[in-house]
Amino acid sequence: MYSPSIPDWLNAEHETGTTIMAVEFDGGVVIGADSRTTTGSYIANRVTDKLTKVTDKIYCCRSGSAADTQAIADIVNYHLNFYKMDFGEEPEVKVAANVFRELCYQNRDSVSAGILVAGWDKVNGGQVYTVPLGGMLTRMPFATGGSGSTYVYGYVDTHYKEHMSKDECLQFISRGVALAMSRDGSSGGVIRMACITKEGVERFVLTGKDIPKVFDAY
Amino acid sequence: MAALTELPTGGFNFDNCQRNLLLEQKGLKQPTAYKTGTTICGVIYKDGVVLVADTRATEDTIVADKNCSKIHYISPNIYCCGAGTAADTEMTTNMISSQLELHRLNTNRMPRVCTANRLLKQMLFRYHGHISAALVLGGVDSTGPHLYSVYPHGSTDKLPYVTMGSGSLAAMAVFEDGFKPNMEKEDAMKLVRNAIAGGIFNDLGSGSNIDLCVITKDKVEYLRPYDEANLKGKRQGVYRYKKGTTAVLKTTQKKLDFDVVRTTVRAEPMET
Repeated sequence: MYSPSIPDWLNAEHETGTTIMAVEFDGGVVIGADSRTTTGSYIANRVTDKLTKVTDKIYCCRSGSAADTQAIADIVNYHLNFYKMDFGEEPEVKVAANVFRELCYQNRDSVSAGILVAGWDKVNGGQVYTVPLGGMLTRMPFATGGSGSTYVYGYVDTHYKEHMSKDECLQFISRGVALAMSRDGSSGGVIRMACITKEGVERFVLTGKDIPKVFDAY
Repeated sequence: MAALTELPTGGFNFDNCQRNLLLEQKGLKQPTAYKTGTTICGVIYKDGVVLVADTRATEDTIVADKNCSKIHYISPNIYCCGAGTAADTEMTTNMISSQLELHRLNTNRMPRVCTANRLLKQMLFRYHGHISAALVLGGVDSTGPHLYSVYPHGSTDKLPYVTMGSGSLAAMAVFEDGFKPNMEKEDAMKLVRNAIAGGIFNDLGSGSNIDLCVITKDKVEYLRPYDEANLKGKRQGVYRYKKGTTAVLKTTQKKLDFDVVRTTVRAEPMET
């Protein structure tokens, strides 16, 4: 029913129309994301943190419905805490990714979530897994996700190299996210990145002039 | 032998759904719920949180309540502004308030804002957005001041300043212009007042007064109303015609004839 006082975006679901990226390197992973959360055409949060911690050394990058992905990340965090108590050690990234997969696959008809799981464990080192919309699980040397990812397939395929250093990975991710942000209307804001290694997590935020320059005709 | 009482079978009954569908097809308009077309917002300042709300409740295009209260109590150190369906915001905040009070008695600690946030988002997520409660949750706990926005589908954001409701765009514009980290109390109160005023004057769904709630480590100031943005102006002159303005040309008096058919006198007990 039409009602002039209540705009439809008030009741619309929150979508993280997003760009998320992750890449493996020798000794760890680098993950990155933009910071925009939208409801229809309104930016509900311009400094969102889409890099969500699930254990000390395993993070996930969220894309899709904000409510669904937050709930899933919370549930995975809950299960992995039990895992830690049961087995007395940190879970492997593979385990975390499979918990994500299970939740996304079993509820594939009702959730809209595209998640990248990345982290470090002592068995397999740095790993990146992707759980796309239907709830499949694949390990990849690098992965992109969200609405902005379509704009950077060409970039990642031409610029990815095996055995990149940490700094090369950070540059690979930051440039990729910057390119996607410049072309995708529902990605934007600041660039958030994190580097996960044996030593722990190092976080980065690129704002304003620190965001890599991309071609801009205007 | 005493008659056996029939045990209720439990569960839901959907018998009326089919009937309602039929009635709707025949052109019956279902009644709509009160929606608080609203402006609510909150901001973190130097030593606490300020929550603000307008006071208009609407039912479609009609103002149903000109001075309703949209800042709800959660616990002694946590309050919550509500937008969306009035009944839903009222019930959700009441239920979470009750759960937190039990939690406080069990743990013998003041509840934390992140706990309230988690309870709210997990409850709202279960209902897939059918509970239309868009909330601004704020409070001060052992870890400092916190401010969250909670959406009907169960997603939450943690930010230093948030706005919600139909007037949130107007209010956010004021915040984006005037927000500074670590503001003084007076500056913070002035900023949020202006943010709500932006909603009141530029959004049809918002109006009337401004309610304000300042939460600090050891005090809560609930100011209702804090400000009346729409003070009724003084009438400039008297617009009533003076007695005798219209000339009386003619007066007639006529006696009505009637008969007294019956008269009764009855005593009635006096009421105090």
